[in-house]
Amino acid sequence: MSDQAYGRIFKDGLWEQNVVFAQMLALCPTMAVTTSGTNGLGMGLASTVVLVVSNMLVAMIRHTVSSQVRIPVFVVLIATLVTIVDMAMNAWLHELYKVLGLFIALIVVNCAILGRAEAYAVKNGVWVSALDGIAMGLGFTAALTLIGLIRELLGAGTLFAQASQLLGPSFAFLEVQVPDYGGALLMILPPGGFAVLGFLLAGKRLLDQRLAARAAALPMADVASA
Amino acid sequence: MMLESIREKMAYQPLLLGIVALLASAALALASGATGAAIAAAEAKDLRDSLSEVLPAGLADNDFLSDTVDLEKDGKTVTIYRARQGGAMTAALFKVSERGYAGEIQVLMAVDMSGRILGVRVLKHSETPGLGDKIEVRKTPWVLDFAGKALGEPAAELWAVKKDNGVFEQFAGATVTPRAVVKAVKGGLAFFAAHQREISA
Repeated sequence: MSDQAYGRIFKDGLWEQNVVFAQMLALCPTMAVTTSGTNGLGMGLASTVVLVVSNMLVAMIRHTVSSQVRIPVFVVLIATLVTIVDMAMNAWLHELYKVLGLFIALIVVNCAILGRAEAYAVKNGVWVSALDGIAMGLGFTAALTLIGLIRELLGAGTLFAQASQLLGPSFAFLEVQVPDYGGALLMILPPGGFAVLGFLLAGKRLLDQRLAARAAALPMADVASA
Repeated sequence: MMLESIREKMAYQPLLLGIVALLASAALALASGATGAAIAAAEAKDLRDSLSEVLPAGLADNDFLSDTVDLEKDGKTVTIYRARQGGAMTAALFKVSERGYAGEIQVLMAVDMSGRILGVRVLKHSETPGLGDKIEVRKTPWVLDFAGKALGEPAAELWAVKKDNGVFEQFAGATVTPRAVVKAVKGGLAFFAAHQREISA
């Protein structure tokens, strides 16, 4: 595969086919956990790991599975994978599990995982599918962290509160507290999540339109100057 | 290709599904077996940690996790952990719960043998973040106020939040949550008083 194709995978994952901002998938976990930047980051990272492994497994068995039964097979595969990750973390990474445990179970109902299996991994090789998982996962993580940070800042007046619990004490510098700001509770509650997502979507559309207009204007400018 | 031709056969689909389900169950059984002991140990450590948090130091030299008695409270089984010092019982630790604003609030409390509260912590709740979650000790020290109180100290009618003419603070915008915690703790004390004989037996 060429470098261009690799670039394409990451461009799709992070921007053009972003799980939340373009495909509008996985909105249930998105709304549920983005009450703080730390939560968004944790959910994003946990999903990324599952996404990469599930993409690889699906790509591996893609020739064996017939198209008629592929959906139930993928669902069983993903549910098994998530359950094993959940049990393994509970057993051996218990401190991290107490912070992330809530999110792991939510990954099962994350249609982004099944979506990538259906849309990409079933048609592509193991390694590019893994790359696609990384790219999509990072895009998902970035989206969740961004929504979480905005809601947290407006709602509670903090940034990355309790990040050191998730990432370790050396990341305590991330935690910011806005002095003398009580916070607008609405932003932490579900309506705030929808409002922030709405504004971000509108912003992305606007930016995409501007970029498209500029791209369309460029060749004409070339002609005019010639 | 061989695979292509059998893949479309009718029998292939259920067979494949069956094999996948079988492999998945086998993987889960293996994982469950491999992690079971470690999970149980981690959960026991969690319980010990939270129990030690409500129990002041120097009150127990026994393994109170295994010195328990099960009693009935409102149709539910409550496990009471008994702390002992030199064989004599010093405190009873147990969980109580009460409906808060958004679901059950689980409270862990330690009571000494005279019925005085040694410590109270909220274990689990789903109250509104930013309002009701002030009952968590890592958010505000509100829950520490319970230590030293007992039934009758303050008097029964003062076992309420200030809005209900009691002695306990409430939070601006969230009265239901502290009210539920106060009720849970008061109920726990009454439960201890009613069953003291069975608990210390």
